[in-house]
Amino acid sequence: MSKYLLDKFLYTIDRDPELVERYRTNPVETVTWWEDEYARKLLNCHSGEATTWLAFEEAERLALVNQDYAALFELGAHPFLTLTLFIALFERDYDEPLGFQLAYANALQGWLGRPYPDFSTP
Amino acid sequence: MAKIAAIIASTHHPFFYRTSTMPVDQRPAFAEEWITKVAAFRETLTTARPDLLVLVGSDHFHQLWLDNMPQFLVGNAPVYDANWYNEEREFGMPKMVLQGNVELSNHILRSGLDLGFDLAFSNELRLDHSVTCPIITLRPQNDLPVVPVYTNIFAPPLPQPERFVALGRALRQIVERWESKLRVAIIGTGHLSLELGGPRQFGPHGPDSEFDRAAVEWIASGDVETALANIDLDMLAKPGNATHGFMDFLLMMGVAGEGAKADYVDSLDLFHTMEAYFTWYPKEA
Repeated sequence: MSKYLLDKFLYTIDRDPELVERYRTNPVETVTWWEDEYARKLLNCHSGEATTWLAFEEAERLALVNQDYAALFELGAHPFLTLTLFIALFERDYDEPLGFQLAYANALQGWLGRPYPDFSTP
Repeated sequence: MAKIAAIIASTHHPFFYRTSTMPVDQRPAFAEEWITKVAAFRETLTTARPDLLVLVGSDHFHQLWLDNMPQFLVGNAPVYDANWYNEEREFGMPKMVLQGNVELSNHILRSGLDLGFDLAFSNELRLDHSVTCPIITLRPQNDLPVVPVYTNIFAPPLPQPERFVALGRALRQIVERWESKLRVAIIGTGHLSLELGGPRQFGPHGPDSEFDRAAVEWIASGDVETALANIDLDMLAKPGNATHGFMDFLLMMGVAGEGAKADYVDSLDLFHTMEAYFTWYPKEA
């Protein structure tokens, strides 16, 4: 389980307009590239060192490749990070204001009345 | 000594800027009432004639990240750039530059550490909408220096609610002991019930109107004791998964003081979340 790494993916993609577009249009390539080249970067730090041990589990990788926000919610990705990035990916596909945000809420209706997945890290 | 000219607590709604600046004929139905209420709220700060603003808010995973997460952080810089690409993208927030006041930053850090708060600091801090929303609503001319104070309401483990109240009490004492002739307004923004990235998000009202009504009453009456008796970190997840932002209101209740009734109270039931606005004028100001 690597909730921290899921969050790191969402965080680093979301703050870079080029990566947002790359992930929107080519999720398989972006997730593979990111896990190989970016996942172990120490953020906000010089580039001379890297983390040695961070990797996705298969279910996490699949949720990102499929851009499956319901699966990310269940896996314990931080809900704010998922929401923010996915609005950037999909809001444009809906005609009505807040159409995507409401569809997103609707996809998670099964969680109503139940404790939500724990998004504390790692 | 410095004077606390006003203590202000409010929700921060990043959509206000876009709503209030779009052409009148394109505005949503709720815009007029919202803009009118914000204008009245703004007057409560203007009347206090502040020279400087202490701004309490919470970074939304912009600069502060999980590899190095402070619980409480004080900005200590002469200038702050503000607002981020993804806030521009999602909310239409403008890029901003705010002037700082290093003397007060240093005083808060030194005094806070000596009072038992292990405050982190940043000499290069880019602010986000948790502290720029109140500039847009309360001081749109952005002409006053600020000292930002960030709290962690986002990345567990979080400090306990009592700790937010205690920091608010300390912040008041610290500002009142600052050797300065300036008039300081302490402004903090948080949330009432709020859901982000969950099944109750973006509904016609906030996710828990009952919590919102109770919370507004606690804040308006300065009833810290009842507020703390009714919440804890687990409970705050129930009204909505981002309701821990209420702890920034608790901090401001600590600044205002136990039993301090707000001099100005207003609220507005909007889609997604309830807006709420409070102002206290300390008697000595």
